[in-house]
Amino acid sequence: MTRGERHNLRTGLAFVSPWIIGFLTFTLYPVGVSLYYSLCDYDVLSTPIWVGALNYRDMLTDEIFWKSLRNTFYFAAFSLPLGMVVSLLTAILLNQSIKGRSLFRAIFFIPSLVPVVAGAMVWIWILNGNFGLLNHALRQLGITHPPQWLSDPAWTKPSLILMSLWGVGNTVVIYLAALQDVPRSLYESADIDGASSIRKLWNITIPLISPVIYFNLIMGIIGSLQVFAQPFVMLGGGGPNRSALFYAVYIYQNAFDYRLMGYACAMAWVLFLIVLLLTWIATRSTRHLIYYAGE
Amino acid sequence: MTRTPTTERRGGPRATLLGMMVLLAVGPSGCAPPQQDRTDDGRVIVQYWEKWTGFEGEAMQGVVDRFNASQNEIVVKKLTISQIDQKLMLSTAGGNPPDVAGIWTHAIPDFSEKGALTPLDQMAAEAGITRDDYIPVFWDLCRHRGFLWALPTTPASTALHYNRRLFREAGLDPDAPPQSLAELDRMAEQLTIVSLLRDGQPVQVRYPDLTEQEKAAIEFKIVQMGHLPQEPGWWMATWPYWFGGRLWDGDRTITAESPGVIAAFEWFEGYARKYGVENLRSFGASFGNFSSPQNPFLSERVAMELQGEWMYNFIDKFAPHMEWDVAPFPAQHPDKKGFVTLIESDVLVIPKGARHPREAFAFIRYVQSQAAMEQLNLGQKKFSPLSHVSPTFVAEHPNPHIATFIQLAQSANACYMPRLSIWSEYKDEMQAAIDQTLALDTEPRVALAAVQKRLQRRLDRIMRRWDLVREKRVKEWSNYDTWGTTQPANGTRLR
Repeated sequence: MTRGERHNLRTGLAFVSPWIIGFLTFTLYPVGVSLYYSLCDYDVLSTPIWVGALNYRDMLTDEIFWKSLRNTFYFAAFSLPLGMVVSLLTAILLNQSIKGRSLFRAIFFIPSLVPVVAGAMVWIWILNGNFGLLNHALRQLGITHPPQWLSDPAWTKPSLILMSLWGVGNTVVIYLAALQDVPRSLYESADIDGASSIRKLWNITIPLISPVIYFNLIMGIIGSLQVFAQPFVMLGGGGPNRSALFYAVYIYQNAFDYRLMGYACAMAWVLFLIVLLLTWIATRSTRHLIYYAGE
Repeated sequence: MTRTPTTERRGGPRATLLGMMVLLAVGPSGCAPPQQDRTDDGRVIVQYWEKWTGFEGEAMQGVVDRFNASQNEIVVKKLTISQIDQKLMLSTAGGNPPDVAGIWTHAIPDFSEKGALTPLDQMAAEAGITRDDYIPVFWDLCRHRGFLWALPTTPASTALHYNRRLFREAGLDPDAPPQSLAELDRMAEQLTIVSLLRDGQPVQVRYPDLTEQEKAAIEFKIVQMGHLPQEPGWWMATWPYWFGGRLWDGDRTITAESPGVIAAFEWFEGYARKYGVENLRSFGASFGNFSSPQNPFLSERVAMELQGEWMYNFIDKFAPHMEWDVAPFPAQHPDKKGFVTLIESDVLVIPKGARHPREAFAFIRYVQSQAAMEQLNLGQKKFSPLSHVSPTFVAEHPNPHIATFIQLAQSANACYMPRLSIWSEYKDEMQAAIDQTLALDTEPRVALAAVQKRLQRRLDRIMRRWDLVREKRVKEWSNYDTWGTTQPANGTRLR
């Protein structure tokens, strides 16, 4: 390395140092100590005591851990594909040349700007079993005994899945950007060949926006497994009979309500490994389905 | 390589960058300068965190103002904090707690066992504060593992609140509240109104007037309830006390499967079977927030409820014309124990690591004076935890039933939440078991067996840890007088 290169390296490092310092202090250090604490009996107030893999072993026999994991997978298994399909279809509709298109785009995007807690408070009332707008509408349709959305354990998770569809605005915007990048010429060629709309969607649109679908899939996996704010605000400690106790909420309970910070750290690491594994599986299984124009 | 003009002007970017790095390095401490210890005129500043807002906050602020005016060495600065227990825990762990904090008696076992509080024994003894000064249960609630951790501020006891108008309308004597749980359940039936279809016509009838077939079919809608164990739902886990049950043996054994606890769960189950799971859910969904006119007791849709003396404030605010009364809440076996009351108190503590424990205690001591305590509790419309109150306290008190609450607190039937550091988890576990029971998903015994297994395991683990640190902790607490007196007045951090 020449003197000049060394100088440039120093200057470069100096320029990125704010980020490096921030990363080391506020990301790497907490991540590192959380791994250490996950191997300790640690209650925040007193000194951690090393217990090895005890926290991880405890998880195996903790029924609530498994219940929260099942609840989270249930939520992810429905909200992720539903969210992806609904947002893609919404984006395709909003990409049509219709009157007032900008207005519709704004309307669909606005919910994602509403603060999560404020949105959750509104949904508590929409989903109220007696006075809620949703049940009022269902009664108008002739359903005399609509579900008690938030007080019946059977309906708490479907309620949250339904709610999650309300905030697809961000994903819609990403799809819209991708849809506008699909070359018109391909659709024109397809028109000449007499292709139907479904055929064009399946053979042109979806392959060409597949990298964006893949991106939304990965972000969706991460987001849905970490779902926290809405269930926490709406159903406190997990709702009736912990029917909506999600993994991240249970981590919070352990860390701050029960002061089992060591156990909470261990749970966070297990969640990280689960997300990592699912992302890897998603990447492997979709490798041949994604079309990158540059390749 | 060609040098650009920018890199040649070496002073500019380098100085900026250096400046940025320095800012970043000192940033965190620069953003939070050390707390000011003294006012300009040399008075020690005592930081006080309290949870109260509204008129409750104003009542305490009045006491703080009088304390500040009463002497010229200490200034207490009160700060309102939400979720105070969690924030106190984090600030104590971070070594930067307030000097005084207002928490609850049920938090004392957890905070003290984990070394987060300053023992007050020495300072209380020096100030001549003893158990005799208090209604005994409140002093006892401030102690844990043989040490004194807190002193009370605003206490609470619970009693049956009932609606006299609804009693009259149901043909019950409003001057004869129930004397046993069985009688309460019978009265509750009489006070319950349901709507249903009879011969295709919608009718409203009292529960006892339903035919046996109608009762068995449970196809009705609840309009008004006599009593609901799950309303307000704050003390669900402690209902077993009314059945003679114990939740813990006081040492190392969880007793969630004891007969009294099972009896309480069977009582919950009885309500779900009698009135219908779906009907109760639907009725419960129609309740508004506790602090609103849609509160089911205030909107006169639930006739009897277990509540504390604070309920008066809400009745006064949201339902001033309601005809209400208070009586001891009857127990299952009146021959053994006539009634039960649940006791709790707000308390003041000095977190470990507080910068001015002596000055903090001077303030706590002031709050324990009869005058300050009566000012605070009249302001908050509660009763004084002190054994002596001025002759006019009860007469001047706005709550017409305050004497009942005081008598309840003084009685031998005063119960409190288990003094367990894992109570928060125990309570959640019980709530999950109650949910299962009320949904008729699980038999009470099965649900409670799961609670027992899980909590016993947790308690065993906590006790193993406690056994490891007990000796060290007790020694540290016993020697507090040495670390207390070496505390410099200028506020060097206590370690």
